[in-house]
Amino acid sequence: MDRENTCIWEEHIPGGCHWSGIVRRGTTLRLRDVEGGANAAVLFFNQEEKLERYNMADTLKSQHTFRLTRGHACYSDMGRIFCCITADTAGWHDSVCGVSDAGLIRQKYGVARYQEHRNQMYRSGLDGMLIELGKWGLGMRDVVSNINFFSKVTAESSGELVFHAGNSKAGDYVDLSFEMDTLMVLSAAPHPLDPADRYRPGAVSLAAFATQLGAAEECARIAENMRGLHNTRRLYACGGGAV
Amino acid sequence: MSAQNLVASKLDPDLAVVDEICAAGEPWVKLVKKGQVFRIVDLEGNQAVDALFFNAAHALERYSATDTIRRQNRLYLTTGSQLCSNFGNGMLTIIADTCGRHDTLGGACAAESNTVRYALDKYPMHSCRDSFLHALAHEPLCEQLSMSKRDLPSNINFFMNVPVTEDGGLKFVDGVSAPGKYVEMRAEMDVVVLISNCPQLNNPCNAYNPTPIRLLVWHPTNAC
Repeated sequence: MDRENTCIWEEHIPGGCHWSGIVRRGTTLRLRDVEGGANAAVLFFNQEEKLERYNMADTLKSQHTFRLTRGHACYSDMGRIFCCITADTAGWHDSVCGVSDAGLIRQKYGVARYQEHRNQMYRSGLDGMLIELGKWGLGMRDVVSNINFFSKVTAESSGELVFHAGNSKAGDYVDLSFEMDTLMVLSAAPHPLDPADRYRPGAVSLAAFATQLGAAEECARIAENMRGLHNTRRLYACGGGAV
Repeated sequence: MSAQNLVASKLDPDLAVVDEICAAGEPWVKLVKKGQVFRIVDLEGNQAVDALFFNAAHALERYSATDTIRRQNRLYLTTGSQLCSNFGNGMLTIIADTCGRHDTLGGACAAESNTVRYALDKYPMHSCRDSFLHALAHEPLCEQLSMSKRDLPSNINFFMNVPVTEDGGLKFVDGVSAPGKYVEMRAEMDVVVLISNCPQLNNPCNAYNPTPIRLLVWHPTNAC
């Protein structure tokens, strides 16, 4: 993305906190790991029809990939592309491990309530997600397998999973170029497999830019994504006209 | 737990309280009570069986691929694997498995994803999601739980082999299953089983030939 491109809006999400909002097609959102070691658990929904949502299985199998990085697209369950990953300095993002929940946070890190700790209280990934979903009339039924941006998990041949601490450094970023008007829900609590024994989730910042012409070409090298983009542009072909 | 935990069952099919055949391309729905044992038999080999489980009292609690994966730190399912819900509870435990590996990453085929994966003109072909939606529209058990598309998360693909490479690739390879291989699980709560016997004709996993499966249930007393 061109550095001279003007930032439309910015948002700072402290570690453990959560955010949701509409990201319009034609917008590129830069997610930045502010301090290193952040985890951004993210779900996408079609803003017009929220039954259409991010689909981990379709995303992975359509692109024959287990990891997500630059050149990959994030698919809905309707054969459309929410966004293309058009830049990535972390190199690996997980989509199979889900989110931490209150029980896991308590068991791993103990309890830190608001009464004693104010906004430093311990929050779980799932609870943050449910709060954001609740703002849009959504809830537990809408929690499906999410993306964990900045987290790297590999699999041994036996299927055993390995969490790679330090995958993402301070300042690392990933650019999402949106092809659909998308409700994005983000929870910045620790990854469920993060072995750190202290609750120190990293902050995530968001910066929105106008997408540069031809940005989606980054994903079009995969033949499946050409068809995904075709399906997506059809959705907007009448009203918007932009194809 | 080894990568492929091959364990045979001692249960006698003659004592099963449910013994049914589900043809390829058909859905199958059944209530399996806590303690009962449920078996899926791959009759002709390399058939993909797309399966979801719901708490029989409220469908808000359902099978969760991510909980199953992260709570056991393991991608593949075999004997000893617990199938976890989105509330973190064990719904079923795999107690016998003569196949050795089952997938929970690949999800279900759908008309829309077929257009992406294969070709735009594949949209009219029958798919697992069509079977799931057909079941939601017709099966009294699903209707009682007020289930809809909203309640369809990532599923299990029994008998399917989807290995992940160390560098992060995902491969759909020839199945490790064969005629007569089966997987058997004990219900840890009352569950509604929702199955689509996969009709996919574009995937080499089933040699382009979807085939029937056999489904059996035993009461706990007959399962000891």
